[in-house]
This record gives sequence, C-alpha cells and structure tokens, in this order.
Amino acid sequence: MHTTQSTYMEKQATQTTCFSGSKAVIETLLREGVDTIFGYPGGTIMPVYDALYDYQNRLNHILVRHEQGAIHAAQGYARVSGKPGVCIVTSGPGATNTVTGLADALMDSTPIVLISGQVGSNFLGTDAFQETNFVGITQAVTKWNCQVRRAADIPGAIAKAFYIAQSGRPGPVVIDITKDAQQEMAEYHYQKVDFIRSYNPTPAIDREQIAQAAKLINLSRKPLALIGQGVILGRAEKELLAFLHKSGIPAASTLLGLSAIPSDHPQWVGMLGMHGNYAPNIKNKECDLLIAIGMRFDDRVTGKVDEFGINAKIIHLEIDPAEINKIVYADVPVIGNVKETLPLLTERIARNSHEEWIAEFNACYNVEYQEIIEPALFPTGKHIRMGEVVHQVSEAYRHDAVLVTDVGQQQMMASRYFRFKHSRSMVTSGGLGTMGFGLPAAIGAKIGAPQREVCLFVGDGGFQMNLQELGTIHQSRIPVKIVLLNNNFLGMVRQWQDLFFDKRYSFTTMNNPDFGLIAQGNGIAYQCVEKREDLPTAIQRMKNHPGAYLLEVRVEAEENVFPMVPAGAAVSDIRLE
Amino acid sequence: MNKEYIITAFSENKVGLLNQITTVFICRDINIDSLTTSESSIPGIHKFTIIVHTDPEKIEKLVKQIEKKVDVLKAFVFTPDEVVQQEIALYKVNRSQSVEKLVREQHVRILEICDEYIVLEKTGHKEETQALFELLKPYGVQQFVRSGQIAIIKSKRELLNEYLKEREETLKA
Ligand SMILES: Cc1ncc(C[n+]2csc(CCOP(=O)(O)OP(=O)(O)O)c2C)c(N)n1
Repeated sequence: MHTTQSTYMEKQATQTTCFSGSKAVIETLLREGVDTIFGYPGGTIMPVYDALYDYQNRLNHILVRHEQGAIHAAQGYARVSGKPGVCIVTSGPGATNTVTGLADALMDSTPIVLISGQVGSNFLGTDAFQETNFVGITQAVTKWNCQVRRAADIPGAIAKAFYIAQSGRPGPVVIDITKDAQQEMAEYHYQKVDFIRSYNPTPAIDREQIAQAAKLINLSRKPLALIGQGVILGRAEKELLAFLHKSGIPAASTLLGLSAIPSDHPQWVGMLGMHGNYAPNIKNKECDLLIAIGMRFDDRVTGKVDEFGINAKIIHLEIDPAEINKIVYADVPVIGNVKETLPLLTERIARNSHEEWIAEFNACYNVEYQEIIEPALFPTGKHIRMGEVVHQVSEAYRHDAVLVTDVGQQQMMASRYFRFKHSRSMVTSGGLGTMGFGLPAAIGAKIGAPQREVCLFVGDGGFQMNLQELGTIHQSRIPVKIVLLNNNFLGMVRQWQDLFFDKRYSFTTMNNPDFGLIAQGNGIAYQCVEKREDLPTAIQRMKNHPGAYLLEVRVEAEENVFPMVPAGAAVSDIRLE
Repeated sequence: MNKEYIITAFSENKVGLLNQITTVFICRDINIDSLTTSESSIPGIHKFTIIVHTDPEKIEKLVKQIEKKVDVLKAFVFTPDEVVQQEIALYKVNRSQSVEKLVREQHVRILEICDEYIVLEKTGHKEETQALFELLKPYGVQQFVRSGQIAIIKSKRELLNEYLKEREETLKA
C-alpha cells in the first residue's frame, strides 16, 4: 500500500499537467494519502463529484444521508485510524449541516479536512442561490479555514489544510472552493506542506521544565497521572507505559484518554470526571502531585476548579501553549508533544513504586465495586440494567472491540464498563457532547479500522438524531454492531430532573417508533431483548452475524448513573448514591 | 483589578484576520477600547494594536488564544509604561475669531480652512485629544474623530524580528 502510494506520487511529481480545479482536488487528496471520503453532492460541488466519477477505483466515497452524518463519520474514521477524516459537501445548507461536527472536532482535537463548494466567484456577496459566508460561519469552529477562488491555488490550499489539521494539536480545517475555481483549467503543481511561517506546531522543548518536573515527581509521595487524549494523538502510548513502569505512579484517564493504556494495567485506577470512578475523584484532594499528560482540565473532570488538586502541585504536559494555566495553574508546564517529553522525563526520574498508595486506590475501588459496580453488572432486579449489557458485550468481544458511544447515560455507562486492550478503541463526543454523534461515528470507525469489530452504544434519543444514517449502512454495507439501550427517556436529562428538579420530567419521555421496522426497512438484522436470560444469546447472535446488526435492549426506565460529582461540587464530594 | 493593556499582534496579510482576532475577544466578553490595523514595517505582515482594560489573568489567556490562530505570527502584551502611545484626532469646527485665537494659543495644527469651518489636527494621548475637544465644544464642533491608539515598544529587543529569524532557521534545518 505504502510503496504503490509513493511510486504513484513520484510519477506524478515529475510531470506538469493541466488539470481542472476539481481534478486537482482529487489528485491532491490522493497525494495526501486519502483513501476514503464522506460526502454528499449538490450544485456548487458538482464539478468535483464529476471528477470523482473517474476515480472510483482509487477513492472510496461514502454517500451519507445528511452532511452531519458525513462529518461525524469522518471524525470516527480519524479517531480510530489516526489519519485525517475527509468530507466533501456542497455550499449553503450542505455546508452549514456540518457546523456541529466541526465544533465537535475542534473541541476533541480531531483532524478533519472539509471541502465545501461555494458559488461562483462573481456571485460572491450577492445572496446567490445556496450562498452562505461559510468561511465567516466556521471561523469559530475550525482550526483554520480559507476560500479558494482560482484553480491554481487548490493544491497548495489542500496541502496546507492537511498539514494544519494533523500537526500540533489536531483540529478541523475548511477549504471553501468556488465553483468557477473547480471548473477552471490550471497547471497542476503539488508540494507537500511542512512549514508555515506563522504556525509553530512543535514548540521547542525546555529542558529546564523537564528537570523541574522530574524533581517534583521524585519528591512526591502521593502522585497521580491524569491521562488525556494527547497520549493517543501524540502516539505516545509506549512512552506512557515506560513512564508509568519506572515511576510506579497510579494513572487515571479522562473520557477521551480511555484506551490509551489497557484497562487491566495494574496501575490504572479508572476514569476521571463527573461519572468517573470513585477512587481517582475521592483521592484528588489527598494527592500531592498531579501529572496531567495531554489533557485540558475540562470542567467535567475538575468539578469545582478552586478545590481541584487542592493539596497538589501540578505538572502539565501539553502541546498547546494556550492550554497552560487556562483552567488550572501549572506549577511546572512542560510544553511539547508528550511522545517527546515523556521519555525525557522518564530518563530523569527515580525508579519507584507506590504500592501502598495504589492499594489505597484499590480499597476505594472495592467500595465502589460493592456499592455501584456489582449491582450494575450483576443485577438481580426485574429489569435489565445498562451496565450489564455493556459488560456482557465487552466480554463477548474479549474486550478487544472498538467502542463508539452516543451521548447521555449510555455513554457514561459504556465508558465506565467497557474494557480496552488497544489504543484508539474509544470514540465518543467528549467536549461538545453531541447527541447524534454515535451512529455516523461508528460508520466512520468501521471504515477506518475494517479489521476490528465496532460496537456502538446509543440511547433511544440520540439514535433518532441521525437515524437516517442507517441508510448509509445499508447502501455501503457497513457491518457495525448497534446496541440500542432503550429506556424510553432522554435518560441523562431525566436523571438531572430526578436529582435536581424535583422529578419534574419535563419533556423527557419518548414515545418511540418501532425500531425493528426501521431496521427492517434498512435491511439491517434486528433483535429486541426484554428479559435478562435472553441477553447472552442475543449478544452472541449479534456477534456472529456477518453484517450490520441492531440489538435493541429494553432497559430499566429510570436507572441513574452513579457515582456522580454534582455540577459545581468538588470532585472529592463524589456521591455514590 | 482591571488595568490597561496594549496588545500588538502580527499576522499574515489574509482576508478575515480581523474577524479571527476579534472573535477571541467576543467569546471572552472583553471590550476593545481601541483597535488599529495596518501593514507593518515588514511587507506582507500586518500589525494590530489593540487596547483593552482587563485583569492580568485574563490578558495572558487572551494573548495566547490570539497567538494560537494559525495565521498570527506573534502576539505580545504590554503595560502603558512599556510603550510610547499616541493617537491623532481631527476636529471640524465652526469658524470664528475666538476659535482662531484658541488654535494659536494651543499650537494646534490647521489642516484646512474655508469660509464656514476649520479642520484641526491634534496628536497626543487620549486625554490630550479629549481636552482639546472639551475646549472647542463651546465654539461648535461639527465633527470629531480619533484614530485609535498606535504604540511603539520601548524595549531594545525587536521581538517580531527575533521570531522571524527563529522560524527561518527552523525552515533551513
Ligand atoms: C444535540 C444535543 N441536544 C441535546 C443534548 C442534551 N442531552 C444530553 S444527554 C440527553 C439525553 C439523551 O437521551 P438518550 O439519547 O435517550 O440517551 P440516554 O441518556 O437515555 O442513555 C440530552 C437531551 C445534547 N447533549 N445534544
């Protein structure tokens, strides 16, 4: 695959040819190593779609059912593959339909290149049919964007887009191409971009910072490492393991940091955050050192910021200088890619083990196990509970599947109880919390990691937010496994109404359609489970089915997710009930 | 405690950059007191001079967010004692003997005189241009306009040049 790619590129680089702008788009995507595009055609992008017609054997185009589906699919693809996700959409409504996905990708640092059509350059600013100021609209939800009005500028703009999307802290990038630029003929010159004067994605590493951080680590008696997605984005999983191995420090993950280290790692003490594990939250105020590794202190992780790590010094390893001191003051900032900074740190720290300290976390885990986990995974009540479904599915796949979630209770349950063996196995909308993310993201994840099993957990609310993408699964035959945890409620909102709004269930009950008929209409195998004893065989059936599968599980209607850090409370005030 | 800060930002000369920079202020609810922008001494590089009143903690984060923009080369923040700042004000005033007397006394530059009005120019700090406005008010000011402040940094180090040099070396390496 790699060699054919490079010989192809060499051949192309030596000859100058005249291409239409739209052919230049496709040729440049190929040179950037793109194999899959998620898109939807329309007026102003038709020249590109016409060019695409001749490339069907070299570029896999997935026709989605809604542009929001395209961008979430591209996100899922990017998250599991580590390559940028690519979308092509038309101007106006096609483009604006992607805005939620761009915002989501910006929040969660997902590399996306989105190419949008635009009206002809002589129509710009005239309120032409399907014209929107997309560069203006997406300014606040992209890492970078630009408009291209000449065919000759297309290769350069796209090459720049790929560089920006992937380098430093990754993010979404928009290239808005006018229709006339797509149609114009121009000499084609492509050159890979790896330098932009105004943009320095890999700031120089400061050895002094490393030395100071090492000193704090060596002095610390109660340290805790906080693992964020930066470890995955920086491909620093091995470096992290080496650091943990030598330091003996316990480690907890943020939601997006999940799967960076295997769930059965002896030093892993669970997930941080509002519905994270008991130990890393309750022990927060006892820690004398927090080592944040590629994470950004989201408010769902910190709870009340003033009390977060109140007795701890903070070391912040981070690639984005703007994150330093943004939420939490870093006693020692360590700027740089954690893939480079972690080994430097590991070199300088003393070999240690924190057995007693880790034993304290394990003791807290035992409390949580008795109070929360055991009743969640092995319930005896009449109704099926979310946790037992997650647990059984994870087991059925030997904890080796890619987990995709939507947003809500099922997201928290899945991230709490799914287990991971490999990195890049968790795809969820963290920062933006976008309902409707899950189904299209699962499509993208399956395409990005075709050799792996992809399991989506989704609620009845979020499922219906991008339900149309079942059509994409049908048309493109994408074998994703969908586990619909149906509680006939907008569960997470209902939980807040239960706990904080006097159980006034204002517009959170769902009178749902017949999901079986919907699955059938899309040619997707389906089973519905209502009784606990039917669950194991249903999961096996889903697993053994070669194609896409929808497993609807009717779960307890009013189950709440615990533990929970109430909004605005200190994380050490985490509640078990 | 809110204090005055002078932000200077240097960017590539690209459409929409003003919008990119002001977005950073909007979502943090920080009001811009004054903003001027023009080409810098280096061709192709644009300079923004932005004056705000805010607290020290916010200003640090704000400047980092500006610098985070891909097309922004560098952003710096200064306190008033670190810069020399000036602005220009223009005044269109009704003509009269007393106005002309005042103009002579105040050493104000005259840009244009005609039968009905006289156009004056004053360069200085905001307080000075404001003071002249107050003096002229009784004589009838038809128009009054301020340029917004521009600033020269007193430091001996030329921070942008240092950055550009560093980037050039990275490119070579
Ligand atoms: C697009 C969007 N709209 C609204 C919300 C607010 N919200 C968060 S969770 C939730 C309920 C989700 O219900 P469901 O999809 O059934 O999942 P459950 O919580 O029951 O697992 C809502 C409405 C959101 N996160 N995203």
